[in-house]
Amino acid sequence: MSSKYLHAALGLGLMTAFASPVLAQDAVRISQKGKQFSEKQLSLTSGQSVVFVNDDSVAHNVYTIVKGKKQDLGLQKPSEEGSIAFDSAGTYRVRCAIHPKMKMVIKVE
Amino acid sequence: MKIIVSHAKTLVIAAMVAGTTTGLATAQDSLTRADYERPTDIPFPEENSYSEAKAELGKMLFFDPRLSRENNLTCASCHNPSFAWEDAQPTSVGTPMSRLGRHTPTVLNLAWGELYFWDGRAESLEEQALGPIQAGGEMAQDLDELLVELRNVPGYVQFFENVFPGEGVTADNIGKAIATYERTLVSAEAPFDRWVKGDDNAISEAAKRGFEVFNTKARCASCHEGWNFTDWGFHDIGLGDADEGRYEVLEFDALKHAFKTPGLRNIVERAPYMHDGSLKTLEEVVDHYDSGFVKRPSLSSEMQELGLTASEKSDLVAFLQSLSSDDPAVSLPKLPN
Repeated sequence: MSSKYLHAALGLGLMTAFASPVLAQDAVRISQKGKQFSEKQLSLTSGQSVVFVNDDSVAHNVYTIVKGKKQDLGLQKPSEEGSIAFDSAGTYRVRCAIHPKMKMVIKVE
Repeated sequence: MKIIVSHAKTLVIAAMVAGTTTGLATAQDSLTRADYERPTDIPFPEENSYSEAKAELGKMLFFDPRLSRENNLTCASCHNPSFAWEDAQPTSVGTPMSRLGRHTPTVLNLAWGELYFWDGRAESLEEQALGPIQAGGEMAQDLDELLVELRNVPGYVQFFENVFPGEGVTADNIGKAIATYERTLVSAEAPFDRWVKGDDNAISEAAKRGFEVFNTKARCASCHEGWNFTDWGFHDIGLGDADEGRYEVLEFDALKHAFKTPGLRNIVERAPYMHDGSLKTLEEVVDHYDSGFVKRPSLSSEMQELGLTASEKSDLVAFLQSLSSDDPAVSLPKLPN
């Protein structure tokens, strides 16, 4: 676990209630490649995390909005990754702030 | 290229299927050229499907000065079809004769867009269409007053009722009609497109070399990708002005001074360039990307000093010139009175 990852996780506010930097075993990995997410839709159960991996040749910036508050993974250069824990039920639109065509929907039950 | 669209109806772009093919691309070339093939249909959203009457109404509204407070400006005052839907000046003039802060972007090829305005503050083209009408420095029109004005024009009342039965003249329907018209504004086939289709004589050797530089050493295609040469994204390209662009809408550090990547179709006709209109020629634009940008924390990681030679620069310009299409002249609509 890199210090960069820890920094990103701790900065996520409401959605990232990490008690420890260890990812849950059922964390889902989503790739960012060709300026697209590897999935357009994803269903999770409350408490699951998603690891967003930048497999692209350009930088990305994954974010979503929860109850009007932005949850920002920050700038991800190629090969970097960051995680968001989805602790509350709901429907979340995830997008790249740099490339708005990159978007997916995560439903949490 | 396979275009995946979610739309209620598509409109075949007649101009695209015209043109001649005098030769076949080599297998090696076609791999690169295929990334730039034009789409065959215009996508329209399910919530605002295409109809000919709706596009006609949208065109009337686009060219009607009554949409501005002083009844003196139209959408086309800035988005002028004579200048590839821009206005040939660094920044335009709005109401009351005040200079605007950003350069007028073209409305060509917006049907494929994602977030609108230089800073992406409009989620949809329908929302975008209503923005400049109301903006204080632009057309400065109060929407409620505009609805009263248009409802007093019998011809408009009938037109809206035909297009939007049971709804008539509403702000949402003004946005829908204008957005539908704008989606029909597609740059026609350019020499570059004929080359992509296999006509090796369609563009000059300099333009072909420029295309290679565009995709390799100059790294232009990192953002100016696909047939319309844009990723629709937001990047700080190191212009020196204080405008914070997308950051004013979404306060992420990566978005400071970031502006939407403009498409490059008909770029020759769209001078001057950049969000502030500060660069007069394509040569100046190429020099900017080569080494003329401001270095700061938010600068896009795609921006790197290129070390282009003089011939590479001129080849890039020759390539950009091959993106201009001979679009048909736009006729002014008759407006109800």
